[in-house]
Amino acid sequence: MITVKVGQGSCGISAGAGKVFNSLKNIISEQNINANLSVTGCIGMCYLEPIVDIYNDGVLAARLVRVTENDAQSIAAYLTDGDVSKIENLLLSDEDRVFLDSQTRIALNGCGVINPEEIDDYISNGGYTALKRALTEMTPETVIEEIKISGLAGRGGAGFPTWFKWNAARSSQGEEKYLICNADEGDPGAFMDRAVIESNPHNLIEGMLIGAYAIGAKEAIVYVRAEYPLAIIRLERAIEQAKEKGIVGDNIFGTKFSCSFRIKAGAGAFVCGEETALIESLEGSRGMPRLKPPFPAQSGYWRKPSNINNVETFANVSWIIRNGGEEFAKLGTPDSKGTKVFAITGKIKRGGLVEVPMGKKLSDVIFDIGGGMKTDKSYKCVQLGGPSGGCIPADMQDTEIDYKKLSATGAIMGSGGMVVMDESTCMVGMARFFLDFTAKESCGKCTHCRIGTKRLLEILDRICKGEGKEGDIELLEETCNEIKAGALCGLGQTAPNPVLTTIKYYRDEYEAHINEKRCPAGECIDLVKYTINEDKCIGCSLCSKKCPVGAISGEIKKKFTIDTAVCIKCGQCMDACRFGAVEKK
Amino acid sequence: MSCNCSCGKSDLSLLNDTLEHYAAIPGSLITILQKAQGIYGYLPADVLNHIADKTGIPAAKVFGVATFYTQFRFKPVGKYLIMLCQGTACHVNGSLMLEKTIFDTLGIKDGETTEDGLFTLKNVACLGCCSLSPVMMINDETYGSLTPQKVRGIIARLKDEALKEAAE
Repeated sequence: MITVKVGQGSCGISAGAGKVFNSLKNIISEQNINANLSVTGCIGMCYLEPIVDIYNDGVLAARLVRVTENDAQSIAAYLTDGDVSKIENLLLSDEDRVFLDSQTRIALNGCGVINPEEIDDYISNGGYTALKRALTEMTPETVIEEIKISGLAGRGGAGFPTWFKWNAARSSQGEEKYLICNADEGDPGAFMDRAVIESNPHNLIEGMLIGAYAIGAKEAIVYVRAEYPLAIIRLERAIEQAKEKGIVGDNIFGTKFSCSFRIKAGAGAFVCGEETALIESLEGSRGMPRLKPPFPAQSGYWRKPSNINNVETFANVSWIIRNGGEEFAKLGTPDSKGTKVFAITGKIKRGGLVEVPMGKKLSDVIFDIGGGMKTDKSYKCVQLGGPSGGCIPADMQDTEIDYKKLSATGAIMGSGGMVVMDESTCMVGMARFFLDFTAKESCGKCTHCRIGTKRLLEILDRICKGEGKEGDIELLEETCNEIKAGALCGLGQTAPNPVLTTIKYYRDEYEAHINEKRCPAGECIDLVKYTINEDKCIGCSLCSKKCPVGAISGEIKKKFTIDTAVCIKCGQCMDACRFGAVEKK
Repeated sequence: MSCNCSCGKSDLSLLNDTLEHYAAIPGSLITILQKAQGIYGYLPADVLNHIADKTGIPAAKVFGVATFYTQFRFKPVGKYLIMLCQGTACHVNGSLMLEKTIFDTLGIKDGETTEDGLFTLKNVACLGCCSLSPVMMINDETYGSLTPQKVRGIIARLKDEALKEAAE
């Protein structure tokens, strides 16, 4: 039997997977082709979307990439007679195959393979056997012990041992306990949690139910970002299906264990990624962090013992119970076990989701898997950990992916956002970008964070505008340290990291902005000027035709000039010129 | 639909079902606000006061919660809501230039609506389509790999569509 699977995660759909699906559906029914059409999630090769997989009796026969609705005809022809030449131009290339082949998939296991909308597909791929095993063959204590052996640590950023949190919640007094999943993936540039929920929601449900059993919770709640509508729809559907099968609800698998399950849609606040802020939000309040201790394990949701882990952490749990903690611990480094998912984006050739064992080097991910730069400029640095993290420069590309080793650079593992930058990215501008984010997202509770991030942003703003003053770098550093010392939660304590790491590694760029009023990357608009090199200009007038504000004038076959007072520095003239005559300085 | 003028009279009965279901459940304020915004398109002041009355939550807290979260808005939005992604990947790939293009074309900044009520611009944190960056979402459609030129083309097309609709 032939099955055609169209990858429909959010990025696949944005790239046109919905249209591809519909055109395939039409043509399969019109031509009466004997093939099943089904939906799958995101395989992680976002740069090749839309992706269509063709399976023959469960074996992958062809993986087609960058498919458009116009390709339906040739795909139909292939399905009819099996002639590969009909789809040759769509086949995944050997070069791109490396992207998937170099990965070890545990958390992403099943993503882009199974149908996220059908529980039976998950079950027939071994789904819910780990839950059954935990409930029927293991005690909560042995589940926690297995997680301890695995060495699994929180994948949301902090890297705290999962078993420790579970054990603390289990040991807390009280009948009423809650298990909460943090799916408020607010870190700009990270989207693995969304992909897991959209592509394999039952894996999350299974991991959470095992966690609920371990800590003794009767209610499990997923706090999902409101910006992820598809994830919410698929998860809702998955929960309904699990209820129908008796996997969620009372006496799961006929045991004494009962657990209800619900979704809470967040309303847009980065700080709600902090667990106590998330709890406040769950209770219907402003998402402002609480003082710790008491920790959520003692006093969390409605002041009852609660355990919070993020999506990726839970996505590892069923694999660990199925294969044993020791198998998981075999992967990675002495300090960091298992695998980590990275969302690799920016100026990278092959952007998408990558899961690799801990201990791999940054360069393995960026070059071997990601294929290096997509521009002709050279690799400058990678930003890890989003607004809480930092930039790691090119000369440290051999750094191992390990919680401690990454922290030693000043960046953090974080949730796994990996934004790759080339020479055209200004590091001061990058720090400004993140501070703009954290200043807006600071909840306002702590003075140091509320006002400190604002002051940092003002200083960075003026440096980017060419109004930087001597002593600004020192002022930035001093303010950063004050914020770190004075903020209550992780958001405030880590907000200065993008500034501190860029000063640490790119102090010369700050100095060029401040002392020479120059942006070495040529990105800060107030500091760059477009001019036409008279020696190269042939007077073709293409640039003046492209200019949206009429700032370029001249006569055909004579030299053109740019009126810098009118120029809006959009760069279209530079893109248009075929002789490299437009220069940016 | 709510009244879009400033007289402050929304049809509060539209919220009856939501309030009946959620008012008594502790911790439901955000859910109620989300439902209300789904009904009215934004959160009019009289609706917020009504929610406070019916739930017994002080109006100050209702307003406090509503203003805390970026999802909630207090003014009606245009026919086309442009959500411009300002995530890291989009930033690195030129989202600031797009914001400037939108300002140059429509004269609106983040949070503003054009005078003809057609377009509202909202900067958003990350739409999660990083590999298509820079990205914007207009109503439910995502537009990827954008350039200033593409953005101008999309806006012109939507304007045309709106004009044609109005003419019909």
